[in-house]
Amino acid sequence: MALDRKIAYINLTTGDVEIKPIPLEMRKKFIGGRGMDAYLLYNHAPKGCDPIGPENPLIVSGGLLTATCASATARTHVMAKSPLTGLLGSCNMGGFFAPEMAWAGFHHLVITGKAEKPVYLWIHNGEIEIRDAAHLWGKNSTDTQWAIREELDDEEVKSMVIGQAGENLVTYACVMTGIKNAGGRTGLGCVMGSKNLKAVAVRGTMDIKIAHPVDALEHNKKFIDQITGAKVNKTQGTLGTPFIWGATNCWGGVRTRNFQYNQMEYADEIEPEAIDDYAAETMGPHHMTGCFGCQVHCRAQYKIQSGLYKGKYDEGPEYTSLGAFGAEPDCKSIETVLTGNHLVNQYGVDNLEIGSMIAWAMELYELGILTSKETEGLDLRFGNDEALLQMVHNICTRTGWLGNVLADGGIPAAEKIGKNAFDYLIQVKGMNNLHSDERATPGLALNIATASRGSDHLRSRPAIDLYHLPEPVLRKIYSSPVPYDGPLSSEHTEYIGKPWQVFWQENVYMAVDCLGICKYHTVFLGATLPNFEDWPEVIYYNTGLEFTPKEIWDAAERCNNLERLFNLREGLTRNDPRKGDTLNHRYFDEPCRRGAPDVIGKRIDRDKFNVMIDEFYEHHGWDREGVPTAETLTRLGLENEPTRLL
Amino acid sequence: MDKFLTVDADKCTGCRLCEQVCSVMHEGVSNPAKSRIQVIKWEQEGVYIPVICKQCEDAPCMNVCPVRAISRDPDFGFVKVDQEVCIGCRSCVGICPFGAMGYNDTTHQVFKCDLCGGDPQCVRFCEVNALEYVPADRVTSRKKRKGAARQSAAERQAVALG
Repeated sequence: MALDRKIAYINLTTGDVEIKPIPLEMRKKFIGGRGMDAYLLYNHAPKGCDPIGPENPLIVSGGLLTATCASATARTHVMAKSPLTGLLGSCNMGGFFAPEMAWAGFHHLVITGKAEKPVYLWIHNGEIEIRDAAHLWGKNSTDTQWAIREELDDEEVKSMVIGQAGENLVTYACVMTGIKNAGGRTGLGCVMGSKNLKAVAVRGTMDIKIAHPVDALEHNKKFIDQITGAKVNKTQGTLGTPFIWGATNCWGGVRTRNFQYNQMEYADEIEPEAIDDYAAETMGPHHMTGCFGCQVHCRAQYKIQSGLYKGKYDEGPEYTSLGAFGAEPDCKSIETVLTGNHLVNQYGVDNLEIGSMIAWAMELYELGILTSKETEGLDLRFGNDEALLQMVHNICTRTGWLGNVLADGGIPAAEKIGKNAFDYLIQVKGMNNLHSDERATPGLALNIATASRGSDHLRSRPAIDLYHLPEPVLRKIYSSPVPYDGPLSSEHTEYIGKPWQVFWQENVYMAVDCLGICKYHTVFLGATLPNFEDWPEVIYYNTGLEFTPKEIWDAAERCNNLERLFNLREGLTRNDPRKGDTLNHRYFDEPCRRGAPDVIGKRIDRDKFNVMIDEFYEHHGWDREGVPTAETLTRLGLENEPTRLL
Repeated sequence: MDKFLTVDADKCTGCRLCEQVCSVMHEGVSNPAKSRIQVIKWEQEGVYIPVICKQCEDAPCMNVCPVRAISRDPDFGFVKVDQEVCIGCRSCVGICPFGAMGYNDTTHQVFKCDLCGGDPQCVRFCEVNALEYVPADRVTSRKKRKGAARQSAAERQAVALG
């Protein structure tokens, strides 16, 4: 049974391992995956703990439905206090790791302490061993995985690893599994590195009993048909996420030259179709690949055709690599994008963050805030492909003054660089924004300003806002499973109704993260995809647990509030430009300079934005400062947290 | 045999949904170790090959079985194991040239693909059609067409190179 899966507490300082079951009532309250992680983090991270100190717990999990007969339950969730933001550290990745961990008997790992020397965890059918990793230290993310397989003599071992960026404590280092699956955001690879933990290797052949196998199979087929039938997923399955980048760039929603522009000009070589052609040339017509149990297959395979890395195999690029190595540094070469993508995968660093950091440094260089003295002669202007790739190496290996400074993350780097460098850092809560531009879309701007892990689109983005769906369609989606009779607008440039949409999306994304399902299988990019109403059946058939749609909503809201409580405890305040629910001043002060007529000239209205924040807090039952009221905590059963039940 | 289960590895995306649904269908559990089909991967190169029983005409597993527990199904033509007769010696596991005979370490019995009695679930769930269940004559005519297309493309290329 999925419900038999255990939680393991591993102390790397003492070598102690404790294994416990997960009580059913905890499942009902926090479901699993990210929600249960939030509970564990709030209960196990001491207030104000050092993110790279031994007391910071690194929590690794699969969702309630991971590896059952539900569709696309590949997601691994990882949580800790973030070394990048000092707030919630939380990331989610695809691949095959979490299912293998579930077959090995575990849903959650809570890793504390710090090993004296490099180690890795070997988790195999209910048993956990701490093994020496001295010979793995210094290896990149894929070589590490293959070396572990060779050592354990099992090609089916799946590992979650860090590359050199994590070892070097780059504050936005990733955890990686497979070729390109990255738990990218908030620097949890750095937390692994701080613990001297090079990898977590898992292998399992233990049954996950399906409560109602025939129904689960039939229901899965129905889900898959619904999911692959959506046009957006058909396109994803052909072009991957670059298709979103291409469409958004045409319209004028792609952050370019560190927010100076909202559209990249003359980008033919890195258009999604060009990337598709490149992948087809090197890997043949069937070059899309996917995560465990998923029929969307949204990532391309490719081999680099020229340059230093000629012949290297990799997967992607995703939207963010096009932003990081295309629009943001204003580099127009497909080889640069694919090489950059390869480097970040190998070093194990967040492509989004590193691309933004370099673009920020480029703007500072062009403004004279950084000079060739700090760059040590590197001509760090926009459009310099070589300088861009050199900076990736310098940051990941902490080489040179600037490489070392940028490796510390945006806010510490701004302090070290001085002058008004901070004003140009496009961040929320210390984390850089996705390479998209939200000035024409207040709903999306509210999303990044309030996302629990710092600027982020995967926490609450009402992406379907861009489709101009008729109001009755929006109402059907957004007034279930809890009634909503407030305003809703089909117009993406409007402010009204957006706080509710963001609130609703926040809960839907939390729910999929608790279940362990990919966001392409819910209302993210496709309005017709499954949500609260569709999940009770799939949960029941697979696990036997009964939930109503409203109970799933409540659990999601509960988990979101726990994340909020964690952030508040670690210093979040509403208007703090470094730790608050705010945006860089450029969102309010500089209008969009390019793009479609509904974009050009747009910027966020500061007063209306504040009204949106007020309203957003009200929907949550938070006060004007964004703190959950006593009634809200009681309603959600959180009044006694931390309760330390797990 | 009327129909073949064919594998076109080029099309496989490596998602392993086939393994998931196979083990649920046959054992009521999700566990690739108990799936009749397995996707073998060379992740370093992005190559994925689904491996499944070929239902051989001159089946080594059937020949090697000392107690004649393995026979051919008269209706669908697949090779099947009679668990009542099987003594669990695993000779069939050792001799199968494809690794298609599995061994269940919970029940200590061997297991293999039975084409789900004529409606293979791996095929039903594979949206990219890397797996298909097709009439035997169509398999060969398709292969011929594919081979001819390759040949024709090569010839055209040769002409172009002049």
